[in-house]
Amino acid sequence: MPDNIPSVPETPATPVATVAASPAPTVTAKSAEAKIDRRAFISWVGLGWVTFAAATTGALSIVLRYLFPNVVFEPPTSFKAGFPSDYDPGVVDERWKAKYGVWLVRTAEGMYALSTTCTHLGCTPSWLSTESKFKCPCHGSGFYKSGINFEGPAPRPLERYRISLADDGQILIDKSKKFQQEKGEWNNSESFLNL
Amino acid sequence: MIEAFKIFINSVSSPATIFTLAVIVFILFVSFPKQATSAIVMIPLLIFAAAFLAIGLTDKHFYHIITTPDNVPIVGLIFIFGYFTWYAMRKAVINDERMAQGKPTIEKEETDEKVLVFPYLIFIEFVIALAYSIMLVVWSIFLKAPLEEPANPTVSPNPSKAPWYFLGLQEMLVYFDPWIAGVLLPTFIIIGLCAIPYIDRDPATSGYYSFKGRKFAIIAYLFGFWILWILLIIMGTFLRGPNWNFFGPFEVWDVHKVVPLVNVNLSEIIFIKWFSVGLPKAWFVREAPGILLVLAYLIIPPAILAKTAFKEIYKKLGAARYAILVMLMLMMLSLPIKMYLRWAFNLKYLVAIPEFFFNI
Repeated sequence: MPDNIPSVPETPATPVATVAASPAPTVTAKSAEAKIDRRAFISWVGLGWVTFAAATTGALSIVLRYLFPNVVFEPPTSFKAGFPSDYDPGVVDERWKAKYGVWLVRTAEGMYALSTTCTHLGCTPSWLSTESKFKCPCHGSGFYKSGINFEGPAPRPLERYRISLADDGQILIDKSKKFQQEKGEWNNSESFLNL
Repeated sequence: MIEAFKIFINSVSSPATIFTLAVIVFILFVSFPKQATSAIVMIPLLIFAAAFLAIGLTDKHFYHIITTPDNVPIVGLIFIFGYFTWYAMRKAVINDERMAQGKPTIEKEETDEKVLVFPYLIFIEFVIALAYSIMLVVWSIFLKAPLEEPANPTVSPNPSKAPWYFLGLQEMLVYFDPWIAGVLLPTFIIIGLCAIPYIDRDPATSGYYSFKGRKFAIIAYLFGFWILWILLIIMGTFLRGPNWNFFGPFEVWDVHKVVPLVNVNLSEIIFIKWFSVGLPKAWFVREAPGILLVLAYLIIPPAILAKTAFKEIYKKLGAARYAILVMLMLMMLSLPIKMYLRWAFNLKYLVAIPEFFFNI
């Protein structure tokens, strides 16, 4: 390296040397400080920023990875709920509430599947069999057995899920299809299972 | 006799009676601040509060509710906020009287010179911070806050209560759609509090307590703070039980308490009850009366007030700031109005459009 320590005697920089803008710094005798010209400085800063941005992006992309969990505990959207004979007429059945969030109600005419999500702010109401109503513990919304809202702030009835009979005679409930009363969807034959 | 007292208190306890009583007390307090903050009123009031607490603590249910770790701060909050409200109002009343007599204010008499933040204020704050840290340590030793079982989305505890500082919001949600009570009104509360120094740029009464010089501001603030926030927190903490039913302070929380709460929308009252024609199919016809009523509420009072009661304020603030002020006030008043409509007429929503989840 010609520009290193051996060149202690100060040599006046030739115009060629400066124009060529070689990153090699000229070393003075007094201090060992390396002088960087403007162009080199900017390119080093540029390189630094590119490295920083790349490192940050890499780190953030690892963070983004956490948005996608390895295991998702989502119950399947459709399930078989046994045979209609397992359910007594007039009873709100809570056996699928904890696992699937569904109340199965059997009436004299047939069955329907109610969502257990309150239409006000999404709490889970309780079925009060003595009062024959669903009552939300968060803001006091009340629903009739049919799912129609009648007290408290809930603006619309509970939603119903698609209910049908599978080939083997079991009740098949499909939570991916919802029926909302206020949109007139409870007239849909899939929202009610005639027995 | 104590039993009779408890039964009487329980029987008159309802959201409507307690809210109305609080509003009456509030009106008396701001109408007669001198008498209300005097020893003749305050000492009996304190004795009554202490006696109520003492009698209450002999009741098993009341004791349980009051001493639940979550609820202890609310008991303290009543007394602490009460004290500071009394303190500020007392000083304001004395200052107002002194100024009426041509004497200088208390603050001016103490010192008429500039007081430095450091060391005077910082030193006080440092001592308070020390005392506060000690109190928090002792508090955390004596009042347990254990972890509960893992959350289960299909099980909502009964009653499900928000943290105490959100119980006011939860109480608002009983009367409003989640979008209004959970998003719109809290946003207005925050924006409104931020906007105060820009709406009210009058430098009068700065540097000393005064009630007469800032009557409107103080009454509006105290009403929003005490009646629409603290009172709702108190009701939500102590008086809301299973199924979010309302219970008297000495009433055992019975899960099967039946309260007739059937409520109806304005459209149902108008089209079914009054005209007996059945609900129109199209939502904009069905909800037209409600929409008109809400628009009238937001337009007519500001226009009338600008010509009458708020004439001076309108002149002082100009159209833009006046409009913002009145809008904020109307938003604030919409809460008690909606509460009274619910209690008086079982009104659920003025405008109910579940088709796209817009309910007022």
